[in-house]
Amino acid sequence: MAPNDETAKLEALRSGLKKEARALKLDFDQLKSGGFIKQTQKNLFTVRLRCPAGQLTSTQLRTAAELADKYGRGEVHISVRQSVEIPYVHYQNFDAVTAALKEVNWSVASCGPRVRVPGACAGCTYNPNGVADSQRLCLDIDRRFFGVATGHHKFKISAAGCPIDCPRSRGADLGFQGEVSPRLEAALCTGCELCVTACQEKALTMAEGLPVRDDSKCNYCGDCIKICPLDAMVAARSGWLVRAGGKHGKHPLYSYEVANFVSDEEALALVEKTMEWYKGNADGRERLGATFARVGVQKYIADVIEPMGLQAIKTVEQRRRFWAGGNFYV
Amino acid sequence: MSEFHIDDRLDLRGVLCPMNFVKAKLKLEEMESGQMLEVTLDDGEPMRSVPRSIKEEGHKIVSVQKTDANAYRLVILRGQD
Ligand code: SF4
Ligand code: SF4
Ligand code: SF4
Repeated sequence: MAPNDETAKLEALRSGLKKEARALKLDFDQLKSGGFIKQTQKNLFTVRLRCPAGQLTSTQLRTAAELADKYGRGEVHISVRQSVEIPYVHYQNFDAVTAALKEVNWSVASCGPRVRVPGACAGCTYNPNGVADSQRLCLDIDRRFFGVATGHHKFKISAAGCPIDCPRSRGADLGFQGEVSPRLEAALCTGCELCVTACQEKALTMAEGLPVRDDSKCNYCGDCIKICPLDAMVAARSGWLVRAGGKHGKHPLYSYEVANFVSDEEALALVEKTMEWYKGNADGRERLGATFARVGVQKYIADVIEPMGLQAIKTVEQRRRFWAGGNFYV
Repeated sequence: MSEFHIDDRLDLRGVLCPMNFVKAKLKLEEMESGQMLEVTLDDGEPMRSVPRSIKEEGHKIVSVQKTDANAYRLVILRGQD
């Protein structure tokens, strides 16, 4: 075939595709921002649905099942970050899928350099370990920040109900983890020592018949409060431990603990301020943790955490209680 | 030994979670509010979860004593229905 014939053929193919796209009213920008993920198989995409906090109503579940039957291969995949995905959807069916989702007030997930769908464990909504409502915070964050463009790279947020940290808030750009600081009501305490045995951080010791807490070892897990049969150990303060600058990927980063005992409202304001800071300080397509590596986490703390009047965590000493081990190549 | 008038006793040593809690709960349900139940529990998992579950059911633990290296004796005040 002559080169000219080939060019003409290609042109025809291109204009054909363009026509097809126009006829389908495909919005390519929406395609890139939304959760349509190109598969290895020709013309087929995985449709990622928006499932903040890993929560779905039964209506949404039914819709996902119907869509999988109708446009996929009758199967769904649960993404690592808690979203239901429908694989094997032909791009010609995008509009139909979008319309069906709209009918139940639902949408596809966010992709690209945007705030991604935030994740969370069951927290204290129904998990007995939880000391904070990670589901509620996560849903609030999603309502306010879903899909916001960062100007740089993806932005992942996760919320954990307690220091066990199942949702791995350490690996998120912004992580929130429930924490509670205990206080002893000495008059109610019988000195049974159960709290001392429950404390895995060895932060409690008995002195003159009463448990005494070493705050520098306490990671605010609240186990001592939960185990005390007499309600002598009570919650003095609770809120969110904030972590910033984590990521997974080929070169993972563990985040820095940057603030203690942040309230729900403060947490939402902090997401906004952090996005602003990230926008202004990141250099091109880098994650928040990479920006920290360049300009220093202290700049972020000074620019964002301190002006908000939050209880800043600034030193390695203050972070030691949340220690993480492993191979850090340092 | 204790300053409480004990109405009933339950030895739950050797009973695994969550059966130990279920047994304590059933016993408390048979009792009148204001009565006292003494329960003996193994240290470890039973002591981590049973007292907490009892509190969540609306009863009050009024005394906790270590009886030997591996067991605790609780006195529970049966709560209102
Ligand atoms: S992080 Fe804590 S509250 Fe959340 S699932 Fe894990 S143990 Fe439960
Ligand atoms: S909150 Fe947790 S770490 Fe702190 S004293 Fe209590 S059990 Fe120990
Ligand atoms: S568990 Fe409660 S009653 Fe027992 S020593 Fe600790 S604070 Fe005191």
